[in-house]
Amino acid sequence: MAKKGDWVRIHATVLKADERTAKLPADTQKCDLEMWTKGFLQEDAEIGDEVTVETAVGRLEKGVLIEVNPYWSHSYGKFVPELVQIDKQLREIMFGGDR
Amino acid sequence: MALAKDYNSVMGRSNEIMKEALGLDYAEFESGSVAFDYDALMKATGYTLEEINKIQSKTGVGNTPLLELRNLSALSRKYAKPGYGARIFAKDESCNASGSFKARRAACAVAHAKKLGYKGVIAATSGNYGAAVASQAAMQGLKCIVVQECFDSHGVGQPEIVEKARACEAYGAEVIQLTVGPELFYTFLSVLEDTGYFNASLYSPFGIAGIETLGYEIAMQCRELLGKDPDMVVCTNAGGGMMTGTARGLIKAGATNTQLVAASIDLTGLHMASDAQFNKKSCTTGHTGFGVPYATDPDHSDVPRSAARPLRYMDRYVTVTQGEVMFMTEALANLEGLERGPAGNTALAAAFSLAQDLPEDAVIVISETEYTGAGKHVQPQLSFARENGIDIRFGDPATEDKPGVNVILPKDPSYIKYKEADIDHFRASLIKKAIKAHCPDVSKLTQADLEFLAAEVKRDVPFVKEVIAAL
Repeated sequence: MAKKGDWVRIHATVLKADERTAKLPADTQKCDLEMWTKGFLQEDAEIGDEVTVETAVGRLEKGVLIEVNPYWSHSYGKFVPELVQIDKQLREIMFGGDR
Repeated sequence: MALAKDYNSVMGRSNEIMKEALGLDYAEFESGSVAFDYDALMKATGYTLEEINKIQSKTGVGNTPLLELRNLSALSRKYAKPGYGARIFAKDESCNASGSFKARRAACAVAHAKKLGYKGVIAATSGNYGAAVASQAAMQGLKCIVVQECFDSHGVGQPEIVEKARACEAYGAEVIQLTVGPELFYTFLSVLEDTGYFNASLYSPFGIAGIETLGYEIAMQCRELLGKDPDMVVCTNAGGGMMTGTARGLIKAGATNTQLVAASIDLTGLHMASDAQFNKKSCTTGHTGFGVPYATDPDHSDVPRSAARPLRYMDRYVTVTQGEVMFMTEALANLEGLERGPAGNTALAAAFSLAQDLPEDAVIVISETEYTGAGKHVQPQLSFARENGIDIRFGDPATEDKPGVNVILPKDPSYIKYKEADIDHFRASLIKKAIKAHCPDVSKLTQADLEFLAAEVKRDVPFVKEVIAAL
């Protein structure tokens, strides 16, 4: 249950696949044009409900409630072993490995 | 009565919406044929270079350091013939508020929006420009919306773009995120119409005039530090603004003998509007997928006539590969102690190789660095690639690179080699597209059109005539 005033993320379909008229590759033509934004929930709701939010600039936008208290989870990624090999090689070329 | 907001209705009102949102009527600059008055468009900003400098110095923008990359220059010399291997310098644009040269464009656009009385600004961008506009809007007290192409149809976002969204939110902006496709423009127009905000387009004259200070500073800093103008300036090329603005600034400083080289990451074979290929890219900007279409058809942007017209200024266009840019980003951190990029290091990868063609007292400047962060960094971009089935290994990028299939890290620095693109082919392509769009009946082309096209591609009228004759 999300409360009125909670910061939430919503999702909406801007254009259904068959409404897309732009020149598109075949794979994209099969997909809806989808949209996400965030804002303050305007009324109590459950995940999956059609809701209205007030965004950071004060715009009212409608969509399906998908996340309450949304947060960023992108990171510095997993270890890429090639990178330490590059570092080692560069030090050897420049300083003979002696740094 | 409420206006109809369906796709066709909104797109049909495109011209009116744009006029309201830019405070500029582009019809004034049109000749009715191929030619339009580019100089008048650029003058329409009404700001001199000094005034732009004043706006930027009030908003944490400009006067960034010019750093000599001594170790990278020395490394490059190891692969050059004796006496060759130019000195490589980097304009450390990550020092701007918001961490990239895009702050220069945003500072002007936002200041102008404020002067005209707009309550907010909107930008359509998946790049550093979003954070730049958001940062400037925060500083200058305007509201800000950024519209991004960010996700594929499975809701998987490019880590580099996700980070840029986070930065926009950190500066208080609303970020509208979309799946792949050019209809982003419909959402953009619709929100512009509803809010009445200013279109802080990357391609408006305000956006381009803001970069002129960068070229001007490069010339002045080189004169102060080295007693001469740079022999070569290399610009990472995507939408063409960097090349256009930097070149104009260099020219305004009187540095007319500097060779201007555009550099893009070669992503040939990947379709930019393909849902399936969207997350097969390991760099989301600085690549040929933007660089070539924007160079050869500048007016397919979000304004009626783009102020970014890179073929007017560039002398050469070179490409490098994703693996070379990633390698160079790692080298910049390890040998120079500068953690920057990666996409902004496209020009650096090219310069590392271009330097080997020049004598060791020659000076090459790369026009930018950019901030790095979670998602927007060598490691997450490569680890994301690996998760998407991209084969990452050491090899020879020149023979093994296949965008969307692999990322080939050079076996050693001798395998970093720029590729010369056929710039005359791009020039011919621009001429053909301009004629097709504005005057398909070539018998109606005027002398002014021919001269305009010659200026558009930095060649002469006979070259233009030759291209037309081959149509």
